[in-house]
This record gives sequence, structure tokens and C-alpha cells, in this order.
Amino acid sequence: MTGKRLVRFGSLGYLTLILVAPVSLIFWRAFEHGAHPFWAAISNHDAVHALRLTLEITVIAVPLNTIFGIVCALAIVRHRIPGMGLVNAIVDLPMALSPVVVGLSLYLLYARNGWFGGWLLGHGVQILFALPSMLLATTFVSLPFVVREVVPVLREIGIEQEEAAATLGAHPLAIFRRITLPAIRWAVAYGVVLTTARCLGEFGAVSIVSGGIAGRTQTLTQYVQASYENFDQTGAYSASVLLALLAVLTLLAMTVIRPREGHRGN
Amino acid sequence: MALGYLSVIVLVPLAALVSKGTEGGWHHFWQVAFNPEAQAALELTLGLAGAVVAINAVTGTALAWTLVRDDFVGKRFVNTLIDLPFALPTIVAGLTLLALYGPTGGIGVNIAYTRWGVLAALLFVTLPFVVRTVQPVLIELDREMEEAAASLGAARFTIFRRIVFPHLLPALLSGVALAFARAIGEFGAVILISGNLPFKTEVTSVYVFQHLNAGDTTGASALAVLLLVISLAVLLGIGTVRRWATRHDR
Repeated sequence: MTGKRLVRFGSLGYLTLILVAPVSLIFWRAFEHGAHPFWAAISNHDAVHALRLTLEITVIAVPLNTIFGIVCALAIVRHRIPGMGLVNAIVDLPMALSPVVVGLSLYLLYARNGWFGGWLLGHGVQILFALPSMLLATTFVSLPFVVREVVPVLREIGIEQEEAAATLGAHPLAIFRRITLPAIRWAVAYGVVLTTARCLGEFGAVSIVSGGIAGRTQTLTQYVQASYENFDQTGAYSASVLLALLAVLTLLAMTVIRPREGHRGN
Repeated sequence: MALGYLSVIVLVPLAALVSKGTEGGWHHFWQVAFNPEAQAALELTLGLAGAVVAINAVTGTALAWTLVRDDFVGKRFVNTLIDLPFALPTIVAGLTLLALYGPTGGIGVNIAYTRWGVLAALLFVTLPFVVRTVQPVLIELDREMEEAAASLGAARFTIFRRIVFPHLLPALLSGVALAFARAIGEFGAVILISGNLPFKTEVTSVYVFQHLNAGDTTGASALAVLLLVISLAVLLGIGTVRRWATRHDR
């Protein structure tokens, strides 16, 4: 019995030290002088702009990766196209890759002397240090989540129902809408939640391509860093609390969706 | 269509990186990628990632065990909490650690701008990987074998080592591999707490960032190519472990 308790207190103690205590302290620090400094900090011009920019990027990147995720998962599971094994491997890459590598790759591609950058700038299209590059970076890092959630569900449901519908003369689009989509909807929802969290929290790749100009190309995560480095601790803690609250919402959504998705434990 | 999207978003940028990183030829790449500062950063990164793997293997398995086999008040809450590092932005993760274990933490511990601080940041962001890979295997595990071993007089630790552990091993390996990949590339969580001191707390991703900002695109690219190669190797390794695990199952 003592062994069991040792494992329990050891593991929960570790969780407290590394996760619970630091995150709790941030909330305490943001609100230790009441709610007023918190509101003042997150309602200043740069913070509001940073939040709006982060939301804008998320609102564009999430639908893109959701559509791609569903199409890609269907292609991987349902069609025996040569090279799909390679696609499957590439899809995982953003999960294992440093965001700095992602940012630098985009930087090299769209810089003035890069492969695309020179031509695009010549035609008056600014990618780097502007919204497009931040969008490309965020889309890159949040790409795998929907694919990874949908693929196992598609494998599990099999193709009998879809084949039966096809035999009865259903249009492929009708089959997708009436049979495939209802079966994968919770997996898609779970993937969308993970994608959203990743987009809201993206920092490394965006830092490299955005330039991080306050009030213009600064996302909320970059605002946290800039505030901290400018000794504005209240600003940094307040923006962090805002991001942490979004993370808590994400966790709640995950908890609600996970049992419905069915294929995982708990 | 999916391939086109994948190319524009992922492949072409990475191709540009590899092209830039290796444009001076092999010898030049070697010189740039293994200058003393870069080498120190790479050694530190690999060393810390190794420590992250070792610590996560133990704590992750213990947490998964506690969540599956133990019972206590608030277990569901703790189970939800495990995913917090996945949901929380990395810059916030780093800031929270700095707030508690930094100069103004007020608990007499200051690990800001030390390797311990970097290690703590990496442990924060990699916490869920092992728990979330080992937990489902532990749930599925048939307890009859353990009961049989116990009735034959095997000690608890022997049962774990000889019966439970071999079943967990493939999941544990892919969990620590994911944690390793994450630790190698992590940037947001370490940027504030590490202080980015060359030869002391500067990890490879920070090296890339600093050198790019200083205008050393070639040096940054060379190290970024190394990071890319390590990530690919880890992914290949995980794929191999998964195939090996499914072959043993059936």
C-alpha cells in the first residue's frame, strides 16, 4: 500500500511543482491588486490590437486546416494513391519541427533575395513583416491536428455504408454529407479545438516572420514577451492570464468532446 | 489538391531552408554548423532533451499509473489538467515558471537564466506526451496476468517489471520520442527563462533566432537544417516503434 501512495504523492507532487503552482501564481499576480490593473493592462491600444490580430489569424487558419484536414484524411485512408505514405509522413512533420525552423524557412522563401520574395515584392506584394507571412506560419504549425484526429475514425468506420450508398446510386457529395461527415464530426470538432489552441498560442514561427511591431504586427503571445522585456510585468501577466483563460476554454471543450469521439480511453 | 496545399505550406519553405543551409557545400556547412558557440548550443540542447526523456519516462508513467490504477478525490480534474501544457501558449508557460522560480518568486528559489530553468521549461511543455501515450495502454491492460503472478507470490515491483512494463514499452518509447522532439525544438517556453546566454543557457532554437536577428542567415540556416534532420529522424524512429509494436500485438 505504501508503494501506491508513494507513486500517487510523487506524481501529483511533480504535477504541482511543474504545472499547477506556476500557473496559479500567474493568476494571483495579475489580480493581486484587484481587477482594475488587469483591465487597464488588457484594454490598452497595443494589447487590444494584438488580441484582434491573433483572433484574425486564427479565424482564417482554422477553417483552411479543417478543410485540408478532412480532404487529406480521406485521401490517406480511402484512396490508394501512390505516394500517400509520404504525405502521411509529411503531415506529422509540423508536430515534431521547431517553430523557429518553420519561421526561418518562410523568412528565406519570402525575403527580398528569397525564391518568391523578390518577384512578389517587385509586384508590390508584401509577405514578410505583414499578415500573410504570419498566416502562413500559423497555418504551417497547426496543420496536422484535424488530419490526425480524423484518420483513425475513418479507418475504424470502414467503407461498407459508403459502398452501400454508392450502389444505391447516391452522389459522392451526398454520401459524404449524409454518411461520412456525421461519422467523423466529433473527431473533426476535437481537431478544430486543438488547431485553434495551437493558432492562438503560436509564438516562435510568427516571431521570426512578423517583425513584432507593437500595434501592427504583434500577436498576443508576442505582446506578452515584449511587455515582459520592457519591464511591464502587469501587462505581461495580464495578457498571459487572458491566453490562459482561452487555454482553459480549450480544455473544457476537449473534455466535452472527448467522450463523444468514442475511440479514446476514459 | 491536398498535395498542392501541403507543398505550398510545408514543402517549398523547407526546401528553401535546406537550399540556403547547404548552399556553400558540405565543408562550409560543417564549419558553420559546428563553430564553438553552435556546438555548445547543440550539446546543451541534446543533453537537456536526454534529461527530459529520462525524467518524463518516470514521471509520465507514474502519472498515467496514478490516473488509471489509483483512486482519489479530484482524479477527473487532474486528468483534464494534464492537457494544459498542450493548450497553454508556450510563452505563457515560460512566464509562469519565471514568475514562481525567478528572482521575484518569493520562495527563495531562483533558477532564471540557468540550465535548471531551461530544463523546467522543457519539462512543463513535454509533460503530457508520455502520460497520454501510456495511459490508454494501461487502461486496456488485462489484469489477470498480474493477479496470477501475485497469487504465485511475485513481489509488486517484480510484477511491474516483468509483466506490466514490457506491455507499456512501445507506448513509452513513442511518448518519450515525442517529448524528445519537442524538447529539441522548443523556443517559446525557454526564451524568457533562459536569458539566452551563449555557452551557458543558449539552446539551438534560440541560437537560430539570435543569429538570424544579428544578420547571420547562413549560420541560422545551417543549425535549422540540423534541427530539421533531427526531427525527421525522430519521426522515422516513432514510425519504426509503432510498426514493431503492432507486429508484436498480433
